[in-house]
Amino acid sequence: MGKIQRKFVVPGDLIIRADIRPPPNTYRMGDAIYSLKVGLSEVEGKNVRVIPLAGKYVPRVDDLVIGVVIDLNAFAWIVDINSFFPAYLPASDVFGKRYSPEMIDLSRKFDVGDVILARIATFDRSKDPMLTVSGPKLGRLNSGHLVKISPVKVPRLIGRKGSMSKMIEQATGTRLIIGQNGVVVVTGPPDKIPLAIKSIEMVEREAHLAGLTEDVQNFLSRKLGVKPSTIAPYRGDHE
Amino acid sequence: MVKLIDKKNLRVDGRKLDELRPIKLQVGVLKNADGSAYIEWGRNKIMVGVYGPKECHPKHMALPDRALLKCRYHMAPFSVDERKPPQPSRREIELSKIIREALSPAIVLEEFPRTAIEIYVEVLQSDGSSRVASITAASAALADAGIPMRDLVAGCAVGKVDGKIIADISDIEDKEGEVDLPVAYMPNLDLVTLLQSDGALTKQEFEKAFKLALEKCRFVYDIQRNALLEGFMKTKKEVE
Repeated sequence: MGKIQRKFVVPGDLIIRADIRPPPNTYRMGDAIYSLKVGLSEVEGKNVRVIPLAGKYVPRVDDLVIGVVIDLNAFAWIVDINSFFPAYLPASDVFGKRYSPEMIDLSRKFDVGDVILARIATFDRSKDPMLTVSGPKLGRLNSGHLVKISPVKVPRLIGRKGSMSKMIEQATGTRLIIGQNGVVVVTGPPDKIPLAIKSIEMVEREAHLAGLTEDVQNFLSRKLGVKPSTIAPYRGDHE
Repeated sequence: MVKLIDKKNLRVDGRKLDELRPIKLQVGVLKNADGSAYIEWGRNKIMVGVYGPKECHPKHMALPDRALLKCRYHMAPFSVDERKPPQPSRREIELSKIIREALSPAIVLEEFPRTAIEIYVEVLQSDGSSRVASITAASAALADAGIPMRDLVAGCAVGKVDGKIIADISDIEDKEGEVDLPVAYMPNLDLVTLLQSDGALTKQEFEKAFKLALEKCRFVYDIQRNALLEGFMKTKKEVE
């Protein structure tokens, strides 16, 4: 395998001349692959990737998202998931197939303004996304601070095998619940939450730059007054 | 009859025949919009904000197979010498339409059916060729919003003044000159998305002017590229 070649691209930039299927964020014309977005292109032989630097959240089945209930009717809650479609959480998902609107008032479970952690059950662009809250830890989030970041920067906030988010969690003693849609809920000791939020904002601001993990490590150690080595990025359990 | 070009082939503002006015373009200038750009093209000052893709309202306007592109070109009351009434004029409605049509071939609208993409162009100060300046800034703002585009759209106006073909028509050259020929162009795809002509040119003159316009569009495209690079890389370090 050759070395990864990385460069900044804008829409319409030629990425590679190759007879391949265009990966996400690119398109093919003739025998060449062009970028569709402002981003960083990575080329390794014929493997091409474009990491976008901006963009809205496009729902994907099985993504964990954090949404705010904006409305409810007799059969479903309507949830704002920070995307271009509102999401629907059907009442039958919570109360079972035998749910009937005469029996139960939906607002007893989730009301307008509630923040919920949910999974995208179904989505294609011709229909609005459907959510489900059946699964461990899914459902209403009762406390914490809501932070919104750009959805394209979520992978950097999580880091490889969760290294970045776990480093922030361990250093500040907080817990981050990260939705793929760019919504983060921070819980934990109230005096440490502002520091965790600052680190999240730092990740968002510098997500496309090299050496981000070290920067966040140094930032946290400076703020907490400890040595950087005590704030080690999480490397996974087996290492 | 106003004399617009002197004996040394210099124009009223001292420019050479094929010289553009200074252009300054910045992206990501507005925090609340999904994407934004600010352009200073000579004395033109134009702010563009982009929202989207977002839910389409009113719902009946949504298209089942692609996103609806909305565009509003608006001139501030203080953008011209004499106060301009703030309601949309005939000219502003027309320019909104041509800006929309100049940008829509570049945007991958099919990727977001039933949604809307909104472009708001606010002209703070106007000095001729504001439509191409608006298209240039709007295309950078769309890229800034992360909306998938096949190419950036760069614009430039050329024209004929005192019998000579010149690049980048200013306000007085537009009013007193013979021809104004705005062009918007996608340089990588080599496709023209806007071509208007106000005035008559011979075939030879048109070919010369059109060639000049494309050359200047490529120059404007480089400015757009650099603005995007600067906008996204402004935090201290370089890419790995």
